Amino acid sequence: MDDRRSTPDDRPAGAGVPAREGAGSDGRPTDGVAGGMAVAAADTVSRDVPEARRATASQRWAELSEQRRNRVLFAVFAIFVLAYPLIDRGLGWNRMGSMNPILVFVLLALGLNIVVGFAGLLDLGYAAFFAIGGYTVAFLTAPQSPLVQRGFQTDFWVALIVAFVVAAVFGVILGAPTLRLRGDYLAIVTLAFGEIVPRTFLNLEGLTNGSKGMNPIGRPHAGDVELLASDQVPWYYLILAILAFSIFVINRLHGSRLGRAWMAMREDEIAAASMGIDLVKTKLLAFSLGASFSGFGGAMYASMLQFIDPFQFDFSISIMLLAMVILGGIGNLWGVLFGGLLMGAFNFIWVESAANWIRSLSTNPGLGFLAAVDLNNSKLMLFGGALVLMMLLRPEGIFPSAQRKAELKGARAAIPVTVPGIEESLHDARQGEQVAGGGR
Amino acid sequence: MASILETRGLSKRFGGLLAVSEVDFTIEERSIASLIGPNGAGKTTFFNMVAGLYTPSAGEIAFRGRRLNGVKPNQITSLGIARTFQNIRLFSNMSALDNVLVGMHSRLKASTLGAVLRTPSVVAEERQARERAVELLEFVGLPDRDEVWARNLPYGDQRRLEIARALATQPALLLLDEPTAGMNPQETNALTDLIRRLRAELDLTIFLIEHHMRVVMGISDRVTVLDHGVKIAEGTPHEIQRHPAVIEAYLGRGASVAPAPAADGAGRPEPAAEADR
Repeated sequence: MDDRRSTPDDRPAGAGVPAREGAGSDGRPTDGVAGGMAVAAADTVSRDVPEARRATASQRWAELSEQRRNRVLFAVFAIFVLAYPLIDRGLGWNRMGSMNPILVFVLLALGLNIVVGFAGLLDLGYAAFFAIGGYTVAFLTAPQSPLVQRGFQTDFWVALIVAFVVAAVFGVILGAPTLRLRGDYLAIVTLAFGEIVPRTFLNLEGLTNGSKGMNPIGRPHAGDVELLASDQVPWYYLILAILAFSIFVINRLHGSRLGRAWMAMREDEIAAASMGIDLVKTKLLAFSLGASFSGFGGAMYASMLQFIDPFQFDFSISIMLLAMVILGGIGNLWGVLFGGLLMGAFNFIWVESAANWIRSLSTNPGLGFLAAVDLNNSKLMLFGGALVLMMLLRPEGIFPSAQRKAELKGARAAIPVTVPGIEESLHDARQGEQVAGGGR
Repeated sequence: MASILETRGLSKRFGGLLAVSEVDFTIEERSIASLIGPNGAGKTTFFNMVAGLYTPSAGEIAFRGRRLNGVKPNQITSLGIARTFQNIRLFSNMSALDNVLVGMHSRLKASTLGAVLRTPSVVAEERQARERAVELLEFVGLPDRDEVWARNLPYGDQRRLEIARALATQPALLLLDEPTAGMNPQETNALTDLIRRLRAELDLTIFLIEHHMRVVMGISDRVTVLDHGVKIAEGTPHEIQRHPAVIEAYLGRGASVAPAPAADGAGRPEPAAEADR
């Protein structure tokens, strides 16, 4: 059991940074493998192990094979993502223009997941940090910026790093007033921040050019070669690289002392404080690190569109990001990744495709009335319906953490040990908690 | 023996309610001290002041000579005071091992950047922490339950896990708030043994709130009795069992009349006398 951490090092290989494989939701993906094998082996050797112990052994075995399954799934997914531009062109989908914003939104969802999923702080105004990231880059590089007009134009790469840092700083600034708030109250205050920030950018006309927006915004470049908005494939790989870097960092954070402190705080603040966790510092780190990744996202998004205005960051963005996190499996990095891709595809690709398909149907005799139907207008309604269905059918998200699934099985092994009366009350408590947990 | 914890005139007022009133109290190093009293006597409030969850309204708390008033709970934990809760407050959706690892938080040094880079020192520290956590789980009697979620553990095991988590903070003084509440006699006996081992093997000072009189009288060196926030008696278990004020607090005024002569015969304890109202 001592070799938990001495599994082969999981340093990233090439572009496959998330090569840590798919089961890494709980931050220690391969740990169970060695232990599980050992226990499983012991199980086959001695048949007379106690019932409870055998149950955990078989449970671990199931976990192991699942990890293998996840690894295969992940490899397929990674290859698909890496080869997507080729697939896209080969099959004539022409969706590269949609894929890039989807990836940016996935990056944002991962950042939000630090705040909401890991630390349990419900943030309804995350778009504020998205805006701050975007406007930081615009302010440093766009010709309308007073800074640039005075001759201080910044290189895009530098601006990208600055956006990361500025977003992190604003995470602390906007996080600080909320430290004493929880749940509903916190949500309301963050909601207000989400409204205040874009409005501030709208009204600071001298700095941001107000509603007219700013353009063009600095572009990524290699030497003298600049990445144009039309260079969709290089953009794709650039965003993918930043996404992979972010996943790597977030995964490591999750498995660290800080990640545990976040989870403990989410579970029970008073107990966490009594175990030596500094709540102020831990919360601010969650806000700050969560915001910093949206600094990346905002910078990439603004530069990719070459244009920024305050209307790109309205409330629906915050809500969509939150939906990505919840839909995918709150707290599970890989779940959020998939949730983000699904929601992004829904938002940027599928609704439009479905709308076009319905319109093409309307040329058939008798279906002419379909011409009046435009699904693009009912996007939010479809979106809401999908969310309601999801919460009814699978409240834990599409990809709940492997830990949760394993534990639902493990519960059966644990119960027979209890005193009957207590078992019932525990069972009731657990049921209650599941309902409550599903509501999150 | 030196005192590890000392309070002087400690009071806590919630609006018009004086929950704890001018309590003077001392615990010696490596002793097992108990705090008893009827429901609502202010025991948990007293605990919460020591643990930093409440700020005292008046009076002083000192831990090894350091003033604790206004010190935050996490800092008090770093100083060497750990606690468990009356209503179990485990991190229920985390594994038993992770619960214990959270307890080690203040003793680990990994920085945020170090955790991302996973430097050799961080990896080594993390490995040692896990080994230590497994040991602690074994110590409290939860071997092989590392990966079970806290909320899926049986009730008695949850109480043990809370103790393991508190031990992980490397305390000198351990506060146990009703550690045997809701336990059957076997579980209670096993837990009492565990508390004895905490002192014998880990050199801890134990301060507990407990309603099981058999547990209190069996393991305590000193017993302090609170009633309506006021310390009414203090002494060895033997002295407390015969103390008229204690009997009155628990059973009512009339009850103290009969046993009183017996208590006098046994020699009225001197330290308790000052506490008499």
